[in-house]
Amino acid sequence: MIDTAVHNQVAIDYSAGERLTMNMGPQHPSAHGVFRAILTLEGETVVGVDAVIGYLHRCHEKLAETLTYAQYPSIASKTDYVAAMTSEFAYVLAAEQIGVVDVPKRAQYIRVIAAELQRIASHLLWLGTWCMDMGGALGGGATVFLYCIRERELILDLFESLVGARLLYGLFQVGGVRYDLPDGWPQQCRDTLATIEQRLLEYERLLEDNPFFLARARGVGFITRELAEDVGVAGPLLRGSGVNFDLRRNLPYSSYGDFTFSVPVEPEGDCFARYRVRMVEFRQSIAIVRQALDRLPEGPISSRPALKSVAQIRIQKGEAYARVEGPRGEVGCYLIADGSAKPYRMKWRGASFSNLSVLPHVLPGHKVADVVAIMGSVDPVFGEVDR
Amino acid sequence: MTYEQAASTIAERFSSAIIDRGAVEGVTPLVISVPVDQWRAFAQFAKESLGCRFFNFLSAVDWKDGGLEVVAVLDNLDDNVSLRVKTRLPSGPPEGGPYEGPRCPSLVPVFRGANWMERECYDMFGIVFEDHPDLRRILLGDDWQGHPLLKSYAVDTPHPPYR
Repeated sequence: MIDTAVHNQVAIDYSAGERLTMNMGPQHPSAHGVFRAILTLEGETVVGVDAVIGYLHRCHEKLAETLTYAQYPSIASKTDYVAAMTSEFAYVLAAEQIGVVDVPKRAQYIRVIAAELQRIASHLLWLGTWCMDMGGALGGGATVFLYCIRERELILDLFESLVGARLLYGLFQVGGVRYDLPDGWPQQCRDTLATIEQRLLEYERLLEDNPFFLARARGVGFITRELAEDVGVAGPLLRGSGVNFDLRRNLPYSSYGDFTFSVPVEPEGDCFARYRVRMVEFRQSIAIVRQALDRLPEGPISSRPALKSVAQIRIQKGEAYARVEGPRGEVGCYLIADGSAKPYRMKWRGASFSNLSVLPHVLPGHKVADVVAIMGSVDPVFGEVDR
Repeated sequence: MTYEQAASTIAERFSSAIIDRGAVEGVTPLVISVPVDQWRAFAQFAKESLGCRFFNFLSAVDWKDGGLEVVAVLDNLDDNVSLRVKTRLPSGPPEGGPYEGPRCPSLVPVFRGANWMERECYDMFGIVFEDHPDLRRILLGDDWQGHPLLKSYAVDTPHPPYR
């Protein structure tokens, strides 16, 4: 779709009017998945974008209608595979809201710990890949990427000792969590957090003292507050555009009301603002995990009785929309139950889907090289876009 | 703006809207059903008068014999007011005209975020959004037959040449 206002403005500057259609993707390294952008160019400047998605569509919504409440949570983790914990979280919350299922306090704390560690891991992957997209300008390209992946490994190790898997977990179940923290895990977690907290300073020095990084991130890819709300972008993009909204604070779910943390807001709306928001979110997530570990209550980790059959959990008739603040913003699960063991209808509100749909409004007017930087700052995960 | 204020403002302006007042502030949203001919007017009203400028999502539900229902969630982020707006699409022909399948007014003139959401809805349910600037499939291929999230679409529907 071509934004006519920007297009007219660009057309005046490039009166020659010669246009080039350039295909970017679906297998483009900066796409972090499969995304095709058909760019219309005038010289080096983008004037129109047609975004083509759907390459990773796995019919999650239809699938959820055929799987029971006991089966689906571990499949939910495959929507956003970079932040698997949050997708599971949204689904079980929706089922618990309709069924009025009690979740023990200890389970709620473990959920918060898992979700916040997941946010750190996801932001690390974002920072690394984004810096790699901007490549050579940052001195060697893969440096930041390798540093970030090194730290992300530490968190994946924590998840591995908690659930036995490193990418797709299946930790959540309707009524609680499936695994309790193993012996020595809290200490290992604290050590990891201390390491990452210190390394964050290194990244900041590495990037913010680098004039090339600043040139590529500052003043690029503006999203105004009005556009952000109109399109429904969420998470760091929304807060990077000056909207002070975080579901964890505004509509606390699980046990988020128990913890003190601040919500970073940057008014500029450019790539650098989104970068700053995420850098502060790292620290806030670390603070939340520490508080949760300090006050971790004793008790059961799930209110669900042992199952003899996957169809044993039945949720009463009703509907709910559960909203979770994922690393990329609001992950929503709109669930309609009909009293049986399977949902009647489930709708995913993928944060990446809404965030990505802002691109056709933002890219026109930018140079081709900036497309990569802007797309990276949006942090799309295509499993969640295409579901 | 509280939920109570929002509910009374809506009742005043849209007399035919059905409001579920069971909403608990900050926990469950206000659920509002409007007739399909007021769909866009209501969205405009919610955006301008209720401050619900955040377009959360739009989707549909297939109620089999009950027809298709379009659902949208609109939020006022400043006051934490969330609206879940629904409309039932007519499942039969209008008076004196042929039935052309499910049709709904598009929200793109009100919210730019409706563009992709309505394309997905068209892709999955076959709902035609009137006045949509670019209504084509988004997740499935252009050559796909049928609309998979309809209850009449079986999970094992064959799709040549793949199966």
